Amino acid sequence: MPMEEGLKRYLVQRVLSIIPTFFGVVILIFVISRILPGNIAIEVLGPHATAAQIQQFNSRFGLDQPLYVQMLNFFVNLFQGNLGISYQTNSSVIGDLETRFPATLELTTAAMIIATVLGVLIGTVSATSKRKFVDPASRLFSLYGVSLPEWWTGLLLQLGLAFGLGLFPPTGRFDYQSLSPPFHITGLYVVDSILTLNWPAFTDSLWHLALPAFVLSLGAMAQIARMTRSSLIEQLSKDYVTFQKENGLPDRIIVYKYMLKSGFSSVLTIIGLTYAFLLGGDFLVESVFAWPGMGLYAVQALVFKDYNAIVGVVIVIGLSFIIVNFAVDLLYAYLDPRVRLRRG
Amino acid sequence: MSRRASISDAASLYWYTLNKNRLSLAGIVIIVVVFMAALLASVISPYPSDAGYMTHFANALQSPSSTHLFGTDEAGRDVFTRVIFGARTALEAGLIIIAIAIGIGVSLGLVAGYLGGLVDTIIMRITDVFLSIPGLALALLAAAILTPSLLSSSLAISFVWWPWYVRLVRGEVLFLREEQFVQAAEVSGAGKFWIITREVFPNVLPAVVVKGSLDMGYAILWTVALSYLGLGSQPPVADWGAMLAEGHLLLPNDWWLSTFPGLAIFVTVLGFNLLGDGLRDLLDVRKM
Repeated sequence: MPMEEGLKRYLVQRVLSIIPTFFGVVILIFVISRILPGNIAIEVLGPHATAAQIQQFNSRFGLDQPLYVQMLNFFVNLFQGNLGISYQTNSSVIGDLETRFPATLELTTAAMIIATVLGVLIGTVSATSKRKFVDPASRLFSLYGVSLPEWWTGLLLQLGLAFGLGLFPPTGRFDYQSLSPPFHITGLYVVDSILTLNWPAFTDSLWHLALPAFVLSLGAMAQIARMTRSSLIEQLSKDYVTFQKENGLPDRIIVYKYMLKSGFSSVLTIIGLTYAFLLGGDFLVESVFAWPGMGLYAVQALVFKDYNAIVGVVIVIGLSFIIVNFAVDLLYAYLDPRVRLRRG
Repeated sequence: MSRRASISDAASLYWYTLNKNRLSLAGIVIIVVVFMAALLASVISPYPSDAGYMTHFANALQSPSSTHLFGTDEAGRDVFTRVIFGARTALEAGLIIIAIAIGIGVSLGLVAGYLGGLVDTIIMRITDVFLSIPGLALALLAAAILTPSLLSSSLAISFVWWPWYVRLVRGEVLFLREEQFVQAAEVSGAGKFWIITREVFPNVLPAVVVKGSLDMGYAILWTVALSYLGLGSQPPVADWGAMLAEGHLLLPNDWWLSTFPGLAIFVTVLGFNLLGDGLRDLLDVRKM
């Protein structure tokens, strides 16, 4: 199918709108990391550092330059794919992140899939089931989902299912002691082990992934369920549903073929928004399950006041959020012609 | 109609709406209990001195019993006492965060929505930048730069929280600006400041109150998250997040340390959610 004119124009507009957002986000992160009170050199070197040591530290990391020069350098480095050197490990932050990003991508993607599938399912059943207890039960679930700190649920599941019943490994991403990780293609262990037909690695990585991904998905799942429910209930009162019902179309087809499709665009926006929660919750879930991703890296960097590392992680998270929202908007425009045909 | 009659009518309508929705009533009860626990912590907790530096290493890590309902921690302190004092920490942080977020967000939202034009564009661009990055990540960065304390983590969280209020209030103001009472004030020559503060502001208040009460819960969730990561209140302050962090290291044996503080967080946040939902029905605020 050739791309419609409207969709193409929308695409160009949307791509252009990313640029100021990107600069805004990077400037914001830079400003927070440099302007807030606190002397980086003293924090890193300790209160007993001599003036000469502080000066040496500052000139090594360019902290003695005027702020606008620092910002310029920051941008130049960023475009060269350089996020600076970790104060703690003395290795490049981008190199550190390259090894950790796939782990986080795997975890958040799995969580998003679980949240979307179960969330839409729960919302649909809740809106359409004729059994009396189903709707209140699922609304309660939504309420629990937004009130529980998901990482605390993680602690409890770790205690009960992992330590108690031994159903899942309590921490980590892979059993490196008895297995070797799958050949590196995408860096996602589950995907790589399928691609290389490495079944022991596949089951082991999936087994490690299941609990943290489920835990991370809970908040998003509750929100998606809530949104699906309310958007389906709105659809129920539409004329086309009444018409189809009167024409004797089975409920199953009305719900799954027609209502979900028209209600899905509002669910989609929520999916984009909940991705932010997911990326935020990632810090805690990774640190509860010792999942070796970017979140855990940042949390470990906190202890050493390793600002370059923390700033690097926040930048990568900010960029992934921009990209995900962009993808959601495109999908939205594809599903809902009104968006792409709107001028302006 | 006399004024008194209208007030009692309104009160009975409120009561009816509340009573119809038992869950909101439960929310109010929870919140009252949590606030009372926070205010009277030193009176109602069994071992008030355990809220601080006190140590009784001989009693360390006892499982829950009749003398220590929620068990004791590594330093032998009563976990039940510390959970009660934790309510103080959590509510304090929540109130600071929401007060600052509302203060900044509502003023900017009123100004942006009512004045429009360049001011509106500038405020909304800045707001959009804040909203285009996951808030918790940004709060984590801000808190990491500051010296860890409850105030630091609260400031860091409020720093990323206000944009939501700008959005909410601006939307409401755009809607109110077209209302007749505002236009009537305009044609009778009222100044912009007067209109914003006397005509528009009181009418955005219900939406702000509803969002504020829902947000109290979420602000507490974020506060305990930062405390769990060591960016919030420091020892010996009783803090639910810090208690969970300590408890996590002692899993799987000393389960009570990671259970009860979490339960307290859950109940409190649930209470604010129920309260917020109830207030929304009560004040007849549009779904947000």
